[in-house]
Amino acid sequence: MKNTALLAGLLAAGLVLTACGTTSGNTAATGGGTAFTPPSLPALGKLGAGEGQLSVLAWPGYAENGSNDPKVNWVTPFEQESGCKVNVKPFGTSDEAISLMKTGQYDVVSASGDASLRLIASGDVEPVNTSLVPNYADVFGFLKNQSWNSVAGVAYGIPHGWGANLLTWRSDKVSPAPTSWSALFDPNSKYKGKITAYDSPIYIADAALYLKAHQPGLGIRSPYALDSTQFQAAVDLLKKQRPLVSEYWSDYLKESQSLTSGDAVLGTAWQVTVNVAKTGGAPVESTVPSEGATGWSDTWMVAAKSQHKNCAYLWMNYIISPKVNAQVAEYFGEAPANSKACAQTSDTKHCDTYHAGDSAYASKIAYWTTPISQCLDGRTDVKCEDYGAWTQAWTEIKG
Amino acid sequence: MTFSRTTRRVLLVALALGLAVIYFPLLVVFLNSFNSDTTFGWPPGGFTLEWWGRAAANDGALAALRTSVEAGLAATAIALVLGAMAAFALQRYKFIGRNPISLLIVLPIALPGIVTGIALNNAFRTILGINLGLFTAIVAHATFCIVVVFNNVVARLRRLGNNLEEASMDLGADGITTFRLVTFPMLRSALLAGGLLAFALSFDEVIVTTFTLGAGLETVPIWIYDNLFRPNQAPIVNVVAVVLILASTVPVYLAQRLSGDSASGGRL
Amino acid sequence: MTAAITNTPRPAGSPRRRLSAYLRRTPRLRLGILLSAPLAWLGVAYLGALAALFVTAFWSTDVFTGRVVVSWSLDNFATLARDAVYRTITVRTVGVAVIVTLVDAVIAFPMAFAMAKFTSRRTQRLLVIAVMTPLWASYLVKAYAWRSMLSGNGVLHWLLVPVGLDGPGYGLPATVITLSYLWLPYMILPIYAGLDRLPDSLLDASGDLGARSVRTFLSVVLPLALPAVIAGSIFTFSLSLGDYIAVKIVGGTSQLLGNVVYDNIGAANNLPFAATVATVPVVIMLLYLAAARRTGAVDTL
Repeated sequence: MKNTALLAGLLAAGLVLTACGTTSGNTAATGGGTAFTPPSLPALGKLGAGEGQLSVLAWPGYAENGSNDPKVNWVTPFEQESGCKVNVKPFGTSDEAISLMKTGQYDVVSASGDASLRLIASGDVEPVNTSLVPNYADVFGFLKNQSWNSVAGVAYGIPHGWGANLLTWRSDKVSPAPTSWSALFDPNSKYKGKITAYDSPIYIADAALYLKAHQPGLGIRSPYALDSTQFQAAVDLLKKQRPLVSEYWSDYLKESQSLTSGDAVLGTAWQVTVNVAKTGGAPVESTVPSEGATGWSDTWMVAAKSQHKNCAYLWMNYIISPKVNAQVAEYFGEAPANSKACAQTSDTKHCDTYHAGDSAYASKIAYWTTPISQCLDGRTDVKCEDYGAWTQAWTEIKG
Repeated sequence: MTFSRTTRRVLLVALALGLAVIYFPLLVVFLNSFNSDTTFGWPPGGFTLEWWGRAAANDGALAALRTSVEAGLAATAIALVLGAMAAFALQRYKFIGRNPISLLIVLPIALPGIVTGIALNNAFRTILGINLGLFTAIVAHATFCIVVVFNNVVARLRRLGNNLEEASMDLGADGITTFRLVTFPMLRSALLAGGLLAFALSFDEVIVTTFTLGAGLETVPIWIYDNLFRPNQAPIVNVVAVVLILASTVPVYLAQRLSGDSASGGRL
Repeated sequence: MTAAITNTPRPAGSPRRRLSAYLRRTPRLRLGILLSAPLAWLGVAYLGALAALFVTAFWSTDVFTGRVVVSWSLDNFATLARDAVYRTITVRTVGVAVIVTLVDAVIAFPMAFAMAKFTSRRTQRLLVIAVMTPLWASYLVKAYAWRSMLSGNGVLHWLLVPVGLDGPGYGLPATVITLSYLWLPYMILPIYAGLDRLPDSLLDASGDLGARSVRTFLSVVLPLALPAVIAGSIFTFSLSLGDYIAVKIVGGTSQLLGNVVYDNIGAANNLPFAATVATVPVVIMLLYLAAARRTGAVDTL
């Protein structure tokens, strides 16, 4: 066929074009826990005048500009104070955040542990000069220089806050109130078809966390360090869960709407989702169940290619200032990173409820982190499944 | 006519039912723009004019409308030029490679949008090193808009033949004059119909736009996508949709009038 | 003919006239100029971008840094062929696209026929407007309207429960309904245009020769309208094949090829594997176009 020949020819022409155009990857930088060497990038030396513009890539609820609720707005005061006009892009999963950061269009990002090291390793973010962020001094000590926000003692970001993924339900439709993650895994659940789960490979860790408590024989120590047997058990559990699920969510607003309309009555959610649903008039409750929970500890990071670094530093200092950090922590439903924020929350018990200064409690949450083939729990006799395998398995689970 | 009264009646009823199905969801959208229940449960919770009032004052929607119109007009202009050139080449000349080229023109709209989207995204960012912006979205939109202009112009050229142009040339007019005074006037309505469809296509495109529009910019569909699930914004989205439907009847009607003979009012 | 004209004496020349005359004598050059811009745009830029994309299918991504690693291998294709899940998803996607196309053809044909043959010119114009107008109502808004209609407390539930039925809820059937709805005008308009070109005299002739309605329909109308139906089906089929948004809105837990591509690029940041998966709909669509060409439908598009 003539057509095909022409197409082939043109494709070949394009091929030559590409071969010289695409950046070839640095194969050496494969993740090995702290073993990797990040590209050497300088941190900002001193703060200059704001550039007038800032693109913020944030978890939903972290950079509210009044578009969800006119009363919830801390972006506009920042714009007025700093002169940096802010464009906010919310993302639903850490993977999405990494993809968006790679477009080079964002200046700062609120990265969870499963994104931060990958961003550091790929050179998408640069070290942060914490002395240019005065409010950093007030950040709880147990959040500074941790494995997810620093490499070899070099800080790559400013801690923002931390919390847990919650078991969530409609209190008028689900009784008795669930106290264990088993509510989401019971094949005979009477809420079959009304359950909702997080749409990301990292959700496999939730299944592993459940198995850690309910099948001790598997010997799971960390839900992010799964050898092939443990991994398969978690994947199988999720495959059995799928018929119960009405929708997987990655858009918290869509989930909140399903909870409000009653198309979902039980599932995993963030506190902010619960708050939005409650504002919409739905009786929704949430808890950290008996098995514990997966969770996040988030860090504000600066894009290496950012053209607006002064605004980025101004933003980082602003967003963790006691009052704003308190506002965000209360709105999103997490523990603030700034120790002075606890005095600023409208609910005086907020920091107690979320164990803000309690490093012992904080160590119990299984924070999101990127699974790599070298087991993160310290085992050296087996290989663990890396995130590539998690990603493929996730497609399989959804079927 | 060979068709019995029953056949006629059955088919006309089918037509009426089909139109009812087409318009029922739009009616739901219209009613929901007055629904005080933000999850749009049925029957509606109550009547409110709040969303209409708030839509009028919504800066995001207005900015998105401006971006959409800019992108649509620029993409349509490019598509008009390229589509018409290609139509002339393929309709007026016989040459080897004619078939593959006609396939090539259809390709951007026949391949799934996500393929076109990620291909262009990859080309802009990693090969050409261009930052995504309005320009990249315009290029992407023009690519899949060419085909509708091409189809309209080809259909017109096929019907017209080239007698009039030859007559004009025989009478001593040069090529440019002939184009200006003979060819172009004959094509005007086909170009209009094609251009209008190209604009409509660009105006409602989501998938390719997602991958080619720069951060911080929003076209109407992207704005809708960002706001669809927001509890206080979703009803405003309904208002915007109703306004768009009502506003669109004017250009659609005009194109119908002007294209006259071309029965479909422009070919897809 | 052209030769005769070139000999015609004309006022000797302004550069414009000379250029014009030169162009007339060299049709190849004219063709070249006409083709240059469209070919540069589509042939070089667009096909080049596609080629650049599909080349990456032979590469891989470093899972940790997310960088594309240029190392030639067929691993991605092996994964695609080996894992049963991708076959399931491909079959599901093609199934949805085929059903959507059939549903649209079955609904659109009688509508287009009634429009073209049983209504006056004036009414036809209004009907075409009526069919085209919904194309301007945002795709997302329409998909979302279906989400609210299909919801457990939506209008379909409300309408159907009194007669002992219920809406399908979110899932594949909901996806098929929504996609069929979204692409219906793309099927009606080409069929209408095709039937409108079909002279009434042919139908009369068939009747005069003693054929009844059904016979006329099967032996005259359908064969002549088939290219138009196929032209419409190219839209409904390809639009369904690549969709990932409607299925996210109403599809419940189901995923189609578009979702896998989107998740790999938008979430997993694995462009090479996304490109590998994207070859599936592209190959299917090229086969479909090649088949459609044989019927002459591409020319009537």
